[in-house]
Amino acid sequence: MNDNAARFAVEMRGVRKAFNGVPVLAGVDFALRHGETHALVGENGAGKSTLMKILQGVYQLESGDIRIDGKTVRLRSTQDARAAGIGMVFQEFSLIPTLSVARNIFLNREPRDRFGLLRDRESVRRTRELFADMGVDLDPNAMLGSVGTAYWQLTEIAKALAQKARVLIMDEPTASLAKTEADALFALLERLKARGISVIYISHRMNEIYRIADRVTVLRDGRNVITATCGELTAAELVEHIVGRRLDGALVWRPRKIDHAAAPLLEVRNLTAGPRVRDVTFTLAPGEIVGLAGLMGSGRTELARCLFGIDRATKGDVFLRGQRVKLTSPRAAISAGLALIPEDRRAQGLVLEHSVRDNLLLPLLPRLNRGPLIDDRKGRKIAGDLIQDLQVRLNSSTSPVKLLSGGNQQKVVIAKWLATKPAVLIMDEPTAGVDIGTKTDIIAMIRQAADEGLGVIVISSELPELLAISDRVLILRDGTVERILLPREDISSEETLQAAVQGVDQP
Amino acid sequence: MTTTRGLPSDLAGETRSQPAYLRAWARVREDWHSYVIYVGFVVIFLLFAILLHGSGFLSSNNLLNIFRQTATISVMAVAMTFVIASAEIDLSVGSVAGLASVVAAMSVTHGGLFAGIAAGLGVGLLVGVINGGLVTLLNIPSFLVTLGMLGIAVGVAQWITSSAPQPILNDTFNTIFGSGDLGPIPGLLLWAVIAVVVGAVVMAKTRFGRQVLATGGNPVAARFSGVNTRRVKFTVMVLMSLVASVAGMLYAGRLQSGRFQWGTGDELSVIAAVILGGTSLFGGSGKIVGSLFGALLIGLINNALILAGLDTAQQQIIRGVIIIIAVALARRK
Repeated sequence: MNDNAARFAVEMRGVRKAFNGVPVLAGVDFALRHGETHALVGENGAGKSTLMKILQGVYQLESGDIRIDGKTVRLRSTQDARAAGIGMVFQEFSLIPTLSVARNIFLNREPRDRFGLLRDRESVRRTRELFADMGVDLDPNAMLGSVGTAYWQLTEIAKALAQKARVLIMDEPTASLAKTEADALFALLERLKARGISVIYISHRMNEIYRIADRVTVLRDGRNVITATCGELTAAELVEHIVGRRLDGALVWRPRKIDHAAAPLLEVRNLTAGPRVRDVTFTLAPGEIVGLAGLMGSGRTELARCLFGIDRATKGDVFLRGQRVKLTSPRAAISAGLALIPEDRRAQGLVLEHSVRDNLLLPLLPRLNRGPLIDDRKGRKIAGDLIQDLQVRLNSSTSPVKLLSGGNQQKVVIAKWLATKPAVLIMDEPTAGVDIGTKTDIIAMIRQAADEGLGVIVISSELPELLAISDRVLILRDGTVERILLPREDISSEETLQAAVQGVDQP
Repeated sequence: MTTTRGLPSDLAGETRSQPAYLRAWARVREDWHSYVIYVGFVVIFLLFAILLHGSGFLSSNNLLNIFRQTATISVMAVAMTFVIASAEIDLSVGSVAGLASVVAAMSVTHGGLFAGIAAGLGVGLLVGVINGGLVTLLNIPSFLVTLGMLGIAVGVAQWITSSAPQPILNDTFNTIFGSGDLGPIPGLLLWAVIAVVVGAVVMAKTRFGRQVLATGGNPVAARFSGVNTRRVKFTVMVLMSLVASVAGMLYAGRLQSGRFQWGTGDELSVIAAVILGGTSLFGGSGKIVGSLFGALLIGLINNALILAGLDTAQQQIIRGVIIIIAVALARRK
């Protein structure tokens, strides 16, 4: 039996776990082969993180068992898991910014001499070896806080490898990486695989899963729905398993009626700000959704910042409903009728400790005045209506926002800004890191708002969704609009858009 | 599979295939705040040497005096570097020193040398265990715990002595703790040097030092790396109070008496010395030698202001201004 079981690097059977009486995992089976990259997918709250935290020894399972290389193990702490060969590449990085790369890799396991003093030279030497092995060029003595986040992840991987990990758990590893960096990471994963290291890869991004995973396991509502090799499953089928219901075509492009003959809602002429926004010209019709596509550094975010008055334009004009507006500060932009939902929504978009209701009402406070006081009854009614539209599952509108999942928080941020009834809404990566179900809801929210006459500018690096939602797509390169494409007519597929974004000539 | 792929060159930037001396220079440049103290020290020293050369500033006697007067601050600054590096703070060090000075003085009188030393250290141990316990077990911020302890310790010291000085007639005690010399070297200087050397080795070359830096740099990450961050913080708080009690005995030995006022206000000088020395107030870095120079700089300024003939009020104002400017230069971010 041992021979049979040892086919798997990790085998988890019948794993159950509940928090405060709420079952999160209801008997999950999961098996990882030696040297395979196994994608673990599911919506937010499906139980992926909990399952992985059990494997990392952070949580204890209530029933079920775990075998590593065929041997039953009990993982009572992260140390146990590490000793068993489980390496973790944390979503929130587990590194110390004030220590050097090498010191981070050998933290708490530093090589020491016979007097018990640390041998930092030895750590540096071994770090060089590890990096050479991984094909990474990074100075082991560099202070971690001074190197880019892409290197943090590589340092984490090196740290796990230094601890002789045979299994790596990676949670959304490409979330903060540019495309070239992600490519380098995938190349590294291939090298590790060749050395027999197994990888559990948690991701929402379908194209990545198909690119690097051998097999995929879908979790839904704390149960495993299916485990299959990637070749057996089309992306559409995979999404169906994840969501558990047919998608109502949110990720499919729909023709929308836009009156291009009417006076444009927003007109941008020769807008220039610094090196990243150069001579940008475009128009936005009432009710139109325009997508901004481009590589990292193409000026997408900078254009949004400039339109919202965070960065001052040095040249060019912006007209809103034919009136020239001066966007000298976010305040000026807001009062002109522009709204921006930034990428880092948790930090910039929400007061996490406050209730959903208070968050929704924050930008509306000026309208709730009753003398010097706030009209609470009116506030409750407005917030109640908004929450109903949101379809957020809430215990109570007074529970703090931080208790919501990331996807639901994003919905609250969007609802909050929609409630201010802006003329133009700019969204930077509105669906970054949210699961496919929430993504559908968010796209529906955007479409509905646009149908009511709102002009929307969407920045996204997820091309399928950009393709589905945009009435037009602006391709930015080096800070300027290179092309304007129409879905259907100019863009036949995601590949065409990808080629346009990358600047590759189409066949 | 293509051959080895590195990362895009624009991101790799400075770390990419440069000669070692260039990389070392890059690190100095990015970390220059840590070295400001040494430049500042030299500049201010030269400034005083020129301005005050008629007042005997450069006489070896005066320079030794500066060392002697800053020895207690230097000793405490070494321990405080560990506290701040672990992202905690201890405001009670000055009054713990005062309490230890009176307890040691009273015990020397009644029980002799060893009873005196044991009692003095006992004060540090007790206060440290209380501070560390409250911070790590009850998760009360160290700022509040030690702010409370500041009042408690000085209150107890005043109460048990009825505000009276406690003379120490035991010559051995006085010789060990600050009054004695080893040949031409003042004993106090020796204490400071030992504290700095031990502190620097522990910080840079032991696992405990690394754990302190990790705990202050990112406690969650430190825990996930197997560091017992509670124990680290507890240890650091206990060590700080122990060292503060030693500093109290150094006051007692140098001034041959215990008094509740000894050490009053030292917490500010000690913290200022550490921050001046390039240790980040947010934790995660710790420069022991920097802290020594921070303490010396403060001593230098005090001494020069007195030599310049300024009255106490003026001294306080100028000292405050210099410290704010220096900390503004030394701070990160």
